[in-house]
Amino acid sequence: MIQYMNPSGHYRINRKLKEQRALFVANKSMTYFFLFVMAFIVIVPFYWMLNVSFQSSNEVLNSLNTSLFPKEFSPQNYVSTFLYSSAQQGGITFTRYLSNTLIVAVFSTVGGTFFSILVAFALARLNFKGKELIFTILLATMMIPGEMLIISNYITVSRLGWVNDDGVGSFLAMIIPFFISIFHIYLLRQTFKQIPNELYYAAKVDGCKDFKYLRTVMVPMAKSSIITIVILKLMGAWNAYIWPDIVANEKYKLVTTWLRSSFTDQDATGVGRVLINYQMAATVIVTVPLLLMFIFFRKYIMSGISRSGVKG
Amino acid sequence: MLENKIDRKAWFYLAFPLLLLSVFTFYPLVKTILISIFSQYNPMTDTFGAYLDLAAYGAIFNDPYFITAIGNTMILVFISVPVSTGLALLIAVALNSIKPLQKIFQTIFFLPYVTNGLAIGMVFSVMFSHPLTDGLMAEGLINTLFGLSRDWVGVTATRSDWMFVVLVYSIWDGLPFKILVFIGGLQNISKQYYDAAKIDATPKRRILRHITIPLLSPLISYILITSFIGAFKSYESVLAVAGSTGRLLDRNRWTAVAYVYDKIGNVGLDSNFVSYYSRGAASAVILFIIILIFTFINLNISKKRVHY
Repeated sequence: MIQYMNPSGHYRINRKLKEQRALFVANKSMTYFFLFVMAFIVIVPFYWMLNVSFQSSNEVLNSLNTSLFPKEFSPQNYVSTFLYSSAQQGGITFTRYLSNTLIVAVFSTVGGTFFSILVAFALARLNFKGKELIFTILLATMMIPGEMLIISNYITVSRLGWVNDDGVGSFLAMIIPFFISIFHIYLLRQTFKQIPNELYYAAKVDGCKDFKYLRTVMVPMAKSSIITIVILKLMGAWNAYIWPDIVANEKYKLVTTWLRSSFTDQDATGVGRVLINYQMAATVIVTVPLLLMFIFFRKYIMSGISRSGVKG
Repeated sequence: MLENKIDRKAWFYLAFPLLLLSVFTFYPLVKTILISIFSQYNPMTDTFGAYLDLAAYGAIFNDPYFITAIGNTMILVFISVPVSTGLALLIAVALNSIKPLQKIFQTIFFLPYVTNGLAIGMVFSVMFSHPLTDGLMAEGLINTLFGLSRDWVGVTATRSDWMFVVLVYSIWDGLPFKILVFIGGLQNISKQYYDAAKIDATPKRRILRHITIPLLSPLISYILITSFIGAFKSYESVLAVAGSTGRLLDRNRWTAVAYVYDKIGNVGLDSNFVSYYSRGAASAVILFIIILIFTFINLNISKKRVHY
């Protein structure tokens, strides 16, 4: 406390304060440095996917080292990837894989959401014997890993004649076992519970039927939870791989199977060489719809996952 | 009351969904356990056979590939989960302490979440690629950058090499969800604690250790439990990074779940007359028990450790 002001009237910055400021700046720049490095690591795979997807087949096959930019910019890779088909994969192209996926996605999303709403409504609003028991059983089974179920489910669907069926069976095998999601029922029930009972009684007094009440009052009020479920269902169908790949007929497989197929060089000179530029173009094609979904439904995706902890 | 007459109506809402759940969730649960204990289960006729002898459990524990699969799973669980949780915590704390660029960083760190896991796994595989014969394809990004010619994920890769890449990918893939949850938690911590610490000129590390982490501990334990469960079930990540096309994966690279899936469609008996389906079911049950025990331990520890 020697002197606060110098004769000219300016505050003199105390040495300790200076040190603190230096420390503060050092800390901040460390923080930013750390974040930049981590962000860089997060972005690299995305960049790499784009980079390789635009490299020419000649480049990926015949150069010794990879380059950071495509030497010869080849957007036609995407066209070739779209049209790629091979005898091993049943001779179908991307459009067929895409339409299969869309069929599975639409049916499992619309149906699954509809029935989740019904069950959640019954569990949240109606009164009946065994309600608590059903809810407890549902909660308990939510903890059980799906891998416990696949063996018996596979036997069930194959005894129903759905496995590898050249027709509707393949779709049924992909959709039906995962049609009802207990987690989604739970999520909706919690939302429905928050809607005050008084509304229900008022509607009843006015002669409103249960189903009409659900449709006109509860569903609109739980809109954001329902949208979250729809998005989770869609993303789930888009990303589903192992189960559909096991049960579906070649012609009914999904985009993930297409993604995992080997895109090989079909020239007579170099048969069987893997074209990683096509493969990366395929990963871009699969990733872009998800990113678009994220841009448009960011809010719902964020709120959905922070409540779930499950991907897709 | 208005509500007491609707017993029957409730079942109208519940009947179909509960029927589906019974067929595809409750029934298979019991059936998997039965398949695992009757060692000669026949999937073609769907009959259990006469041998209630638990031989399938003996068979899988004598199967070197099952032991390897469990080992691989354990390595993945015990390295990727702690590392990515710690890293996510650091990133969240750093993100929370800055103002400019915060939104952009947040979006970038969230990106891996909204991608297809298989797709990005394959990108990692390409980044770490290595031509087995010269001139068949280019060296990948990592080999080019560091001037190596190591086979990270190919056919000749050693266990530590492919595992390293799978771990890097799993950590990368696990970050966004954890960061999101931690940031949510950090924003809920009252500023008072930090103001008090500031008055006492507490160093940053101590603030992290004595304020932030204890106050986040419920979230940390939630994240640990869910990610441990997720990691125990990992399969697609290994498949995408270290597998060849389709679902082809070297047997030495199996995880516990990969072992289960491998038995599907494998009708018939092994050399000890144990059905492959019974072995698959037994390994699923073992995995379930491991997860259960683990979650239980986790919950107990967090009960003691989690503050408030």
